[in-house]
Amino acid sequence: MKVKDIIDILNAEIICRDDLLDTEVQTACGSDMMSDVLAFVKEQGVLLTGLVNPQVVRTAEMMDMHCIVFVRGKRPSIDIIHLAEDRDMVMLATKMEMFTSCGRLYDAGLRGGIEK
Amino acid sequence: MDSIKLHYDISATDFTRAGAASGDVKRTLKALGVSPATIRNVAVAMYEGEINMVIHGGGGVIDVEITEDAIRMVLADQGPGIENVELAMKEGYSTAPDNIRALGFGAGMGLPNIKKYTDEFQLDTALGVGTTLTLKVFMK
Repeated sequence: MKVKDIIDILNAEIICRDDLLDTEVQTACGSDMMSDVLAFVKEQGVLLTGLVNPQVVRTAEMMDMHCIVFVRGKRPSIDIIHLAEDRDMVMLATKMEMFTSCGRLYDAGLRGGIEK
Repeated sequence: MDSIKLHYDISATDFTRAGAASGDVKRTLKALGVSPATIRNVAVAMYEGEINMVIHGGGGVIDVEITEDAIRMVLADQGPGIENVELAMKEGYSTAPDNIRALGFGAGMGLPNIKKYTDEFQLDTALGVGTTLTLKVFMK
């Protein structure tokens, strides 16, 4: 699917980089623990998280992710948004909870990454 | 290619900046045309190390040397040192306080992750003196 499909599926709001909504993504990872995201190197395009700090963007950067989705209505601060803009990452926000968000995206065809 | 040397001072107090050095190395390697798999291994290992230096080490310095066949990283802090290296290397074991867990770290995956993603891993630590990690990732 494309990043823009996630907007419809999660009824999400675009926070930044709406110029990159056509980016293709096949895999995702949902976690509030960045250590766990880093623990399994996979090809993952999307990070779903309820954690809000600059390390979310840095973690996604190290893992070559293209899109961060904040769940449970969480909103990043302006410095976090600027960091993501600079790293060519789309940020979205949904009011849905983590479980529901992951379930809906899985249902729509997004999968967990394949461990390398 | 001549070797490229990079040096970073890691602040102990600014958690928001943690990872900036790793991001810089990642972009440098990308510009040099290094393979994505190699870049990922270096980026994750160094980022975990950088986070550790901020959480546990009281900051420190990172020196990176990029040569034709490998990337060598030396991460040195003058923190409290690691009391039990065997435990610290165990997945899931962490001494990180709750405020660090609230930031998304402290799952006890740091050192095991670093070892997993590097080809050479050397940990030197002494209580009250500090910890030095010497890491090498070969170009793939």
